[in-house]
Amino acid sequence: MQFESFAEFINMGGYGFYVWLSYGVTFGCLATLITLSVRKKRKVLIEIAKKMTREQRLKENRGTKS
Amino acid sequence: MWKWLHTYADPERAYKLSGTLLPWFACLAIAFIGLGTTWGLLFAPMDYQQGDSFRIIYIHVPAASMSMATYMAMASASFVGLVWQIKSADWAAAAIAPIGAIITFIALLTGAAWGKPMWGTWWVWDARLTSELVLLFLYLGVISLYASFEDKVLAARAAGILAIVGVINVPIIKYSVDWWSSLHQPSTIKITEKSTMTNEMIFPLLINMAGFGLMIGAITLVRYRAEILARNGMRPWVRELATAEEAK
Repeated sequence: MQFESFAEFINMGGYGFYVWLSYGVTFGCLATLITLSVRKKRKVLIEIAKKMTREQRLKENRGTKS
Repeated sequence: MWKWLHTYADPERAYKLSGTLLPWFACLAIAFIGLGTTWGLLFAPMDYQQGDSFRIIYIHVPAASMSMATYMAMASASFVGLVWQIKSADWAAAAIAPIGAIITFIALLTGAAWGKPMWGTWWVWDARLTSELVLLFLYLGVISLYASFEDKVLAARAAGILAIVGVINVPIIKYSVDWWSSLHQPSTIKITEKSTMTNEMIFPLLINMAGFGLMIGAITLVRYRAEILARNGMRPWVRELATAEEAK
């Protein structure tokens, strides 16, 4: 272990701001990217399902007119 | 002889195979990045010149080297898609592009946050930094070209040509610190000679590089699966999945 105390670890030998800025932005960006990517599958499937319902309705309307 | 390879270009098989691979990539990525980051932040010895600010290296270098490797992966997928007209390769390239853009942004930002205490400035227009910024714009160009056509076959062709032409930028980034005088330090990891870092510093770095690679692989698989579904909305197997998802 390179640090004596937790406060020293946060301080990073005076470079705390730069080190934690880097790590914070990195893990923030990655977390956002991962969340959006994981949610994308459901979004795509719901869109396809909606399109299917629309097609179904069109088909029914056409059926009643003729 | 290569016929077995073509069966993986079938969307349904590609979707299922990437689903099987995903948990492996995800778990390994979490383990590697967790180990590498903890080791780098807590246990690696302090740099005698840069103090604790050098600990930024454990995300900066993996992000920067992976931003180039990811670009090569995307361009290779585009090349396969363009030359052999394999649509699954085009979808892979489209899945990779946003990940590459984020990784490049991370490399630039952590570089700036490291440059400020060490060089006294967030940014300089030197060869290494500028060519990495160009890489970010290339990724953004590929993403916007792919997004701006309704016809995705055409979109993939346009984005693919840009991706392939942009490959010229990758060796420029890689060798910029040797070709031009730069504020940026030369690379510390050397494959052919002895690295200029002690083992205790370099092991967590290598672990994190592997971790970033695995993580990019995992996110690629997630996005690739969604892209396959989006492009195959007319197929019965996708429609079944859509009906099941809507019922949830």
